[in-house]
Amino acid sequence: MIIKSLDPRIDRAALDDESKVGELSGNEHFQTYEVFQQVKRGTHHQHVGNVHAPNAEMAMLFAKEQYCRRGAAVNLWVVKTADVFVTEYQDADIFETTEDKLYRDPNSYKVMDRINAFKARNNNA
Amino acid sequence: MYGNAYIENDGNKVNSILADEDPIKLAEFEARIAAGDKIEPKDWMPKEYRKQLVRMIEQHAHSEIIGSLPEGTWITRAPGFRRKLALMAKVQDEVGHAQLLYSAAETLGKSREDMTNDLINGKSKYSNVFNYPAPTWADSAVIAWLIDAGAIVNQLANSKGSYGPYCRALDRICAEESFHLKYGHDNVVFLATGTPVQRAMVQEALNRWWEPIMHFFGPPDKASQHSEILMRWKVKMGSNDSMRQTFLNMYVPKIWDLGLTLPDPNLRKNEETGQWEYTEPDWDTFKQVINGNGPCNKERLAVRRMAEENGRWVRKALMNKSEEYVTPLA
Ligand SMILES: [Fe+2]
Ligand SMILES: [Fe+2]
Repeated sequence: MIIKSLDPRIDRAALDDESKVGELSGNEHFQTYEVFQQVKRGTHHQHVGNVHAPNAEMAMLFAKEQYCRRGAAVNLWVVKTADVFVTEYQDADIFETTEDKLYRDPNSYKVMDRINAFKARNNNA
Repeated sequence: MYGNAYIENDGNKVNSILADEDPIKLAEFEARIAAGDKIEPKDWMPKEYRKQLVRMIEQHAHSEIIGSLPEGTWITRAPGFRRKLALMAKVQDEVGHAQLLYSAAETLGKSREDMTNDLINGKSKYSNVFNYPAPTWADSAVIAWLIDAGAIVNQLANSKGSYGPYCRALDRICAEESFHLKYGHDNVVFLATGTPVQRAMVQEALNRWWEPIMHFFGPPDKASQHSEILMRWKVKMGSNDSMRQTFLNMYVPKIWDLGLTLPDPNLRKNEETGQWEYTEPDWDTFKQVINGNGPCNKERLAVRRMAEENGRWVRKALMNKSEEYVTPLA
């Protein structure tokens, strides 16, 4: 049956309500690109999400439309998801000793203790 | 319901839901959520968690797409150039929201093509409210104000959920929704403070939309172990009734403030309990509409199919961009 609509454009299209056309097949899959946005010059680009696109140029266009709809952006990067090499959350232990390495922490250096002891020793001598 | 209502609660299924899950991994998973951590796509998760999230996020994405259709109808007829521009921007936002949500759902393993197919074949559901027509400009104003308000109540709650990609998408979405709400409110106020004809128009639209809006948050949840689990996993962030209460509490006073009425004589706030009392909307109607028999279900899906079909040659052309052109031999 042809659909009757309040919208004249839909009426003109004379759509059939039983039609099954339009089904997508698997190979219509666009690859995904990860989107990185820089909000202000001098700040880091930050990952904000991804887009489906057939190529980098279109990915850039979609990224602008989807992630930069309100102000704040001076620069955008898109990178093929397949080209991003990632760690697994289950391997998070590789970062574990980071905080233990106190010799890399400025606060772990306490020279004043030594200097004061040295001065005390010399004054008494 | 934009992500809240369609989780089918079936208390009897609970044992089978958790039966074949590794108890140690399950305990770690639950501890992580209890600690306020987010779950990320490659983390271990119970099958039921994945299944309910895919369903919820996918329905939410479909709702954004289909929701742009009744409003899109009014772009060419919106009164004045500024309102046309604003409505166009709003509709574009909604389509963008769908893209962000489809991306979030995809991280759980269902492809975008499968989701689109399930929508156009009528297998997936979307918000009931978008199966109603918008016969006047005032309907479009009421949609932009109150349907978006309802969506914001759900989206804000869900943005505190446990699944990282969904929360991040919702944060972006909520930021854009505030314009929709203001724009819708502005349109309703303009009509409500205008001529008697304008006031009558917005009152009639409100009368038409009240039941769909009450339906929007979904039927009262039956208390069940299943819904308890989904709440514990922060998939479901509140009962449908509590979302409805939040909405009534925020917006009914604003509607009454404009001297407009709502078509429910029992609607009032019980000052003792702090809860709103109302006549239960007809939940059979809700079921009918959600299952394909609302006034516009067929039109919405037919338009969505047309868009897919008409866009096919563009997608094909883009896919084969790298293919070399070969000049004919003879
Ligand atoms: Fe939206
Ligand atoms: Fe919106």
